[in-house]
Amino acid sequence: MKVGYFTERPYRWVPEEAIFKNHAFFGVSNAYFDREKAADDYNYYLEEACYVEELGFDAIALNEHHGTPFCMGGVMDVEAAILARITTKVKIVLVGNLLPGVKHPLRLAEELAEIDLISRGRLVTGWVRGAGSEQFFNNANPAYNREYFNEAHDFILQAWTRPGPWRYEGKHFHYRHVNPWALPYQKPYPPIWIPGVLSPETVRWCAAHRYPYVGLGTAIGPTCDLWDIYADEAAKQGYQAGPENYGYLIPTFVAETEERAQELGKGFVFGGGQAAFSRPEYTLPPGYNSKDAIRRLAKQPGGSWLGVSQDKLKQTQTDPQAQEEEFNEIRRKLAASYQKAQQNLQIIVGTPKTVIPKIKTILQILRPGIFILFHIQGPVSNADRLTSIRLMAQEVVPAIRECAKELDLPDPYERTPGSVRAYAGAARVPVVDRQPLAALGLV
Amino acid sequence: MANWREETIAVAQTTLTLIRGGAGKPLLVLHDELGYPGWMTWNEALAQERTLLIPLQPGFGKTPRLEWIRSYRDLGGFYAMVLRQLKLDPIDVMGFSAGGFIAAEMAAADPHLFSKMVLVAPMGLKPTEGEITDIFPLTIRSHLRLTVADPTTPEFGKIYGGEMTPEQFEAFEDARAETARLGWEPYMHNPSLSYLLQGVQHLPTLLIWGNRDAIVPRGCITAYQQAIAGAQVVEIPNVGHRPEIENAAAFVQAVRTFLAS
Repeated sequence: MKVGYFTERPYRWVPEEAIFKNHAFFGVSNAYFDREKAADDYNYYLEEACYVEELGFDAIALNEHHGTPFCMGGVMDVEAAILARITTKVKIVLVGNLLPGVKHPLRLAEELAEIDLISRGRLVTGWVRGAGSEQFFNNANPAYNREYFNEAHDFILQAWTRPGPWRYEGKHFHYRHVNPWALPYQKPYPPIWIPGVLSPETVRWCAAHRYPYVGLGTAIGPTCDLWDIYADEAAKQGYQAGPENYGYLIPTFVAETEERAQELGKGFVFGGGQAAFSRPEYTLPPGYNSKDAIRRLAKQPGGSWLGVSQDKLKQTQTDPQAQEEEFNEIRRKLAASYQKAQQNLQIIVGTPKTVIPKIKTILQILRPGIFILFHIQGPVSNADRLTSIRLMAQEVVPAIRECAKELDLPDPYERTPGSVRAYAGAARVPVVDRQPLAALGLV
Repeated sequence: MANWREETIAVAQTTLTLIRGGAGKPLLVLHDELGYPGWMTWNEALAQERTLLIPLQPGFGKTPRLEWIRSYRDLGGFYAMVLRQLKLDPIDVMGFSAGGFIAAEMAAADPHLFSKMVLVAPMGLKPTEGEITDIFPLTIRSHLRLTVADPTTPEFGKIYGGEMTPEQFEAFEDARAETARLGWEPYMHNPSLSYLLQGVQHLPTLLIWGNRDAIVPRGCITAYQQAIAGAQVVEIPNVGHRPEIENAAAFVQAVRTFLAS
């Protein structure tokens, strides 16, 4: 089992009302940006990462988002390069580089190789298609999103492994001189873990490539379904999937008392909680989804084409009292969603004593070989963050390791993903244990 | 009414779905970026004296997507191939919004394809002032709402009112995706088109624009006027991006007058 630590590195100084008013994090004006506060935050998060390493986590995961205050990792590779130098043991896990947004896979091949070299082989690279909003921010044509992803992926692997110089004329990318001088430290290249949020197409693609799939806080029941899709595809590819093929990342916050944990844990839904609070137009850019995904969406209940909520929206934008009422309504919904997310094990908040059993249940159900604690969002102080990290490291992580041993959850370093052969005609071994789902009301 | 039929033609290495209606001299109609919305009052009126030929754009659901088409210039080349193979050139053409962009690309490449050209709120050129509204970060509902000045226009309700069926949702998403493939960058215009249009001589051109258009600014019309010497302009007051449904009478009159001249 590899236990990782992850934070979005939130910018903690935007008033919540600004996010409510914008109806999303993406699009909040950078007029709210304060360079001194941001400089402090960037430096703090690097120091926090060193503390995480010192306390014994196996990995530090970073991610990339653009144009939003909930994550400052617009250029994640810069942070990764610094961590490569200032840490010594931890794996640096990128979840992940936005291949369609980068538009320059050769440059990315060079950046990742440098990080791997500086860290002497501690990079775990991960690539994503990116959320809808990232396509707009990077002006990356969403209708070619999957094509960009697949082509960039194939190109980077070649750039890392095929002696240059050589020429590349693809559909979307063209290079007449491919010969990156810096090649990865790890051979043939760094491990690739693919993060995702429940796209069956991506899961099948991962299984076909034998890449571990990391569910980013995805709902437990549907995650089980996805794990099965992965394992079925793996069986078709001739191997048996196991814990080494799966990673799971879960929002977790720990404090000395339950009351304090519950109060500060609300940071996970600050501003609406980044995943649940986005505008549909930024979530579904044209052509971004597969035909199957569009058909699934089309079957959801619609409503009038022309909609009537425009009027309501206009009213709330112009009438301060209506706006305040709307904000209060949002707050009520968020308070309810916070409780519900805890019941559904989507957010784990509490003291080590209350958090550990919940995490054990998740480990029992999903059987991941990679487990990443996604630390608190919102305006939580450095001191409270550090307390939470300390409690995680001293009490929660040892419990996770012990549980992983009992459940036999090897990580991708202990057992190579795709290395367990599936024999023709033999039944595939279960990859999840759905038995506890019923008691949790998650069936 | 309903003086039309849908047919498929094997042409230009594909199977093109086409709406054919009316009688008389052919008029090629290039629909907009949301797809063919159906046979409406203006179609029926013009079909009294013209045969309307309305090809359904590849990738918009019925005509298969052609992967090699990656720009409006490519698409214009495809339609030019269709016209030549069907021996329809020269033909009068009318293009709506992105359909106007296609017609302009075709005219710039080969002015002899057309005898007369009507561009209705055309995209394709960078506006001299203002910007073409970014339709991609809009939900289909918000986008549709922006296309008219008055959403209570009866024909607008007839086409887009009521509940959206899964099939309609899918058709809109097909249209939006294909439009993004062709027009994402530079956004719904081609920087070289204005220069090439300056080489187009003797192609009578009419530009129609509603003065409450929230999608295509007046600056696009000005850019076309600057590129095509002698282009006429008809501005229809108090209508938006769809003058043909918000004021079908004024629209039909303008088109008839121009085509008959």
